[in-house]
This record gives sequence, C-alpha cells and structure tokens, in this order.
Amino acid sequence: MQLQRKTLIALAIGSALLSGFPAKADLTVGVIVSATGPAASVGVTQQRTVQILPKEFGGEKVNWILLDDASDTTTAVKHARKLIGEDKVDIIVGPSLTPNSLALLDQLSETGTPMLSLAGSGAIVEPVDEKRRWAFKTPQSDGQMAQAIVQHMASHGVRSVGFISFNDAYGEGWAKSLGALAERNGIKIVASERFQRTDTSVTGQILRLIGANPDAVFVAASGTPAVLPQATLAERGFKKPVYQTHGIANNDFLRVGGKNVEGTLLPAGPVLVAEQLPDGHPAKAPALEFVRLYEALPNAGMRSTFAAYLWDAALILKAAVPNALKTARPGTPEFRKALRDSIEEVKDVVATNGVYTMSPTDHLGLDERSRVMVRIESGTWRLVR
Amino acid sequence: MDLSIFGFLVQDGLATGAVYVLLAVCLVMVFTVTRIVLVPQGEFVSFAALTLAGFEQRQRPGLAWILLIAGGIAFAMELYGAWRRRTRRGLAVAAFSFLALPAALSAAALAGNALPWAAQVLLTCAMVTTLGPILYRVAFQPMAMASPLYLLIAAIALHFVLVGSGLYLFGPEGVRTAAILDGSTEILAMPVAFQTLMIVAASLALNLVLFAFFGFTLLGKALRATAVNRRGAQLVGISPDYAGQVTFALAAAIGALSGILIGPVTTIYYDSGFILGLKGFVGAIIGGLAAYPAAALGALAVGLLEAFSSFWASAYKEVIVFTLIVPILLWRSYAHLTVDDDHE
Repeated sequence: MQLQRKTLIALAIGSALLSGFPAKADLTVGVIVSATGPAASVGVTQQRTVQILPKEFGGEKVNWILLDDASDTTTAVKHARKLIGEDKVDIIVGPSLTPNSLALLDQLSETGTPMLSLAGSGAIVEPVDEKRRWAFKTPQSDGQMAQAIVQHMASHGVRSVGFISFNDAYGEGWAKSLGALAERNGIKIVASERFQRTDTSVTGQILRLIGANPDAVFVAASGTPAVLPQATLAERGFKKPVYQTHGIANNDFLRVGGKNVEGTLLPAGPVLVAEQLPDGHPAKAPALEFVRLYEALPNAGMRSTFAAYLWDAALILKAAVPNALKTARPGTPEFRKALRDSIEEVKDVVATNGVYTMSPTDHLGLDERSRVMVRIESGTWRLVR
Repeated sequence: MDLSIFGFLVQDGLATGAVYVLLAVCLVMVFTVTRIVLVPQGEFVSFAALTLAGFEQRQRPGLAWILLIAGGIAFAMELYGAWRRRTRRGLAVAAFSFLALPAALSAAALAGNALPWAAQVLLTCAMVTTLGPILYRVAFQPMAMASPLYLLIAAIALHFVLVGSGLYLFGPEGVRTAAILDGSTEILAMPVAFQTLMIVAASLALNLVLFAFFGFTLLGKALRATAVNRRGAQLVGISPDYAGQVTFALAAAIGALSGILIGPVTTIYYDSGFILGLKGFVGAIIGGLAAYPAAALGALAVGLLEAFSSFWASAYKEVIVFTLIVPILLWRSYAHLTVDDDHE
C-alpha cells in the first residue's frame, strides 16, 4: 500500500513535469535564445533579461519557459516543436538569430502559434503572406538602419563610399540594402571588399579601399570582429569618417577597439543612449526604465540593445494579452489566434526601441523614431543630434 | 598596384607568414616524433593570448582551471599505471609536473595580484607550456602505439574539448592585448611597424633556437632519433613517452609565444586558434609534414598568398589559400615523397 502511494505521487510529479508544470489556465510563453555558441554574446543578455520580465499580463500569471538553441538552427526547430507540442505555449518569443527564426515559420503556421522574433532581418516578417501571418518581430530591420546611415552620409557631403563586410549572409544583406539606397541618394560605392570573421589581417582589403580614395568607409560586420578593419584603417592613417552597423553596439566592441574606433558613426536603437535622448523622445522613459532594471542585475554590465528587443516583446505582449483574454482562455488554439490578431492590432506601444504600431501588412511596426545616429567619443556612445 | 602597395602587402604577408611558420614547424616536429597531427596546436596560441589579456584586465584567467583539472587527471592516470606495474618509479616526476607545477602556476595566476608586464608574459608562457605534456599524458600517451589515423581522431577530439572549455572559461568575446612596441621605422623608404619587425625577428630567432636544439643538444638528438625510428630509439634508452611529453612542451611553448606575438595585432577568440593552425598545416603539408625548411617556406608562402589574394579577390581569399593544398598533394603523391607512416 505504502509503495503504491509513493508510486502514485511520483507519477503525479512526473506528469506535472512533462506537461510543463504550470497549471493550464496560466499564460505560457516559450523563449528561445542563443545563449551559447557563436552568437552567445547576443543571447546571453536576453537570457539574463528573462528574470526581470513582468510576472503577469492583465491579471493573468505568466510562465516564461527559457530554452537555449546554442546558435544552432536545428536545435531551435527542435525546441519550438517541444514548446508547442509539450508545453502548449501560447506564443514563442525569439529566436535571437535570423536563420533560426526563418526556420520556424512553417511550424508556426501549421500549428497556429504566434512568434515575436528577436532577430534582425526583415525577411522574417516581409512580406506578410500565409507563412508569415503568425510571425512578428521587435528589432529594427537592416533596411531601416541602412536608411539612417545613408541619410547621414548624404547630409554630410559623403559622395563616395568604400565598403567592406563579412563574407557571409550578414555582409551580403548589407551590401544589397546599402547598394540600392546609396544609388538613389547619389552616393557611389567605389570599392567593395569582403573579410572573414576569423581573419587575423585585412591589410590587403584596406589598401584597396584607401586606394579608391572614398569620402567615407562603411564596415558591415558585427561584434568584436568588426574592430579589425577599423584598426587597420587607423594604422594606415585613414582620417575620414567610418560608419559601422548596429551589430557593433555592445561594450565588448569598445573594449577591444580602444582608441582605434574613436569617431565611428553607427545607427542604433534609442536605448543605447537612453540618458542622452531629448525629453520629447517617446522611447526615453521606457528605455530608462529598462536600463535601470537591467543594469541592476548581477554581472549584467552595461545595457544591451539585444536584451532590449526581448523587453520590447514583453511590452507588446502586455498591450496585446488583455484583449486576447476577452475572447478565449490561455492554452487553447482559440487564444493563440486571438493573441495573434491582437498583436496585429497593437497601436502606439511605446517601447525602448521606438513606437510599435502593427498592421496586417506590417508585422514590425517601427518608424524612424526607432533609430538614432550614434558616435563613439572617448570610449562611450554619444547621441548625434 | 604601385610599389608601395606591393611593399605593404609583402610586409603583411611576412608578418602573418612568420606566425604560420612557427605553427608549421611545431606541426612537423610533433608529427615526426609522435605521429600525431596536432590539431589543437592553435589552441595553445589562442589560450596564451586570452590568458595574457585576462592578466591585463586583472581577471583570473580560466586557463588555471584547465591546468589544475587536466593535471589532476594526468596524475591519477600515472598513479593507476604505477599501481598496475607495482612500481613507484616516475611518480615523483609526475607529481611535480602534473600536480605541483600546475598548482604553483595556477596559484600565482589566481592570486589576482597586479603583475608587471614581463611577469604576465612569463606566467602565461609557463602555464601554456605546462599544459602541453599534461595533454599528451592524458590524451595520447595511452594510445601512443596506435596508427596515425587513430591519433588524428584523438587530436580532433582534444581540439573540440579545448575549444569547448575555452568558450566556457574565456567567454565568447574576443580580446586584443596591449601593444608590445608602438611606433614604426623606415626600411627602404617604407614605414614598417615595430610590431611587425618583432614578429618576424622572433620567428626567425625561434627557428634558429630550434635548429640549434635539434642539432647540438642531447635531448634534441634524442627527439630526432625517436622521429627517425621509434623502436630503435627505445632500444638505446630513449623513452617514447618522455620524448612525446617534451615535444608537446616545446609545441605548447612555441604556440604560447605565437599567441603573445599576434595578440596585439589581431583580435583573438576562444576558437581563433583552429584557423591559424590550419594555415600552418597547409604550410607543413608543403614540407610533406617531414621537412622543416620546406614547411617553413611553405608557411611563409601561405602568408604571402593570403596577403595578395585579400587585395585582389578578398571574397575568395580562403578558397585560394586552401585550394593551394590540392596541387601540392597531387605533386607530392606523384613525386613519391610522402612519409610512409603505416610501415615503420
């Protein structure tokens, strides 16, 4: 008898664990980030942020289930299958990376599960077709960022640009979006070079760029590998402006770059320079709030724009969930559909990266208030006014 | 291309090539003595740079933990071997090189005191060098008689273990160590950075030291004897285990020096070592993994080819460098110059 009771208890606990533990009525959100692997520096900050996310939306308790896809596409797909099938999540937030987010699209539309991706590429939500009906995202797309750069170039008399980028999808994506925009604004790309993340020297490419005598150089790379071309430019005595992408907006870039990256111009989400934003900027208040909470976390260090994307996803959910709750209870297919519809209808959600207004044709919903130009001055980020 | 660009490219190629030379020479040395293709050679380079950067930023370098844990495993293996052979011979030496030395170095590293630059470099080199024999003892010594293919697979496994621990201990971000020598001078009316000069000079000096070591010292001659004929060397009293550990210590020391040399000129990540080692390997292949001067010249050629192809066709640079291996292998296999390692 005694033994049987023990077995029963064990079974009960086991099944509770298998079914994802939370009682069914709570809202369940699956978060997939890349906290290890090559993109770890992106995902680690998001992993950390989960602790400070709201514990309830519209009076409904939220269970955040955090999974790490190790920067691997196959793992992301596996995790999504588990979250949808076993944990019965109402929505997936993430993954952190573009390829991983794209890989989930089929699963989402088949199972009717909405996703708020944290990855950069516009391809995740554009165009909003049958496959992308369930996909939304919070980070500014590369196209929007490229626009900010080209505008700044055009208004500062840059007529010719030397371009150097990663020899991968990130670099090619930028080469394309910059090429088209630059042409429209009468800016000529006079040299276009590639380098590897792992390269130990880019002297050849830089000599070529300087040889073409451009008004400015644009480096399309992310993280600390983006330092190398700039260090080599400095070594060769290049004094004209250098532009980078928002892929470098973390403190490791400043640490590794040191004095070689002084004066670098880049577009970034407003949260990077929250304190310096003019008081009228809609992102200022939410960005300061996020920065306060995030920087108080142990070992978090300075704010991360990547972490802010997750924070904004939570703000969008906060605005969308109460509406969806009017139609159905969490944990049901009806609720997931209601949540999707309600996210598509969110209007003027003021967040750290700008103001989100979704529509049936725009599943990102950011406008030009979502980015600012920033300059690196004496080792910190300075807002360019 | 004008003359000055040509000059800069040659300079750049020589600087990177000089590091590849060091790695290629290590690969040849380790392969001839132990028949191991030392895939993790690059990890010595990246670990040294990351550890030195850790000292510079007053952090406790994660390498200390690898040393302590791997040293502990190595000593446990020695103990087990001694117990099975019912002898205590060699235990004292093992206790020193696998326990006492790593513990002392780790204690110095983890103490977190502000050290002068020279002490940081010395400590870094000492730690990485100590790691070499420990790795040989743990990963290769138990299977030293296996065929080169098995040894290669073990080397690849060790490489993944080291890269994984590197990510865990050093984190995903890269480092750049402080410049050793700032400034530049003029050679043939062309500015040359002191750092570049130093890399080339250090590489040259190390190669001369190695040449002297293998040519004129008893230990060096013993290693050469092992390389020529393992069984014969054993018969005249050269322990192959000892030879293996000494070779690994040398390879680790040279790797550590390479790491310290290139740390200031490029960004090093926990996984940067592999691609460096691979390019050194291309150089070593040119020497058939057997001949030092050919391997060194081959590695230099890889550096120069890389510099020029990054100027002419940057998108295809890696393709060009690694394609180089195909005609060389073809030529070597037709010229019957390969080391026939399966028939000793």
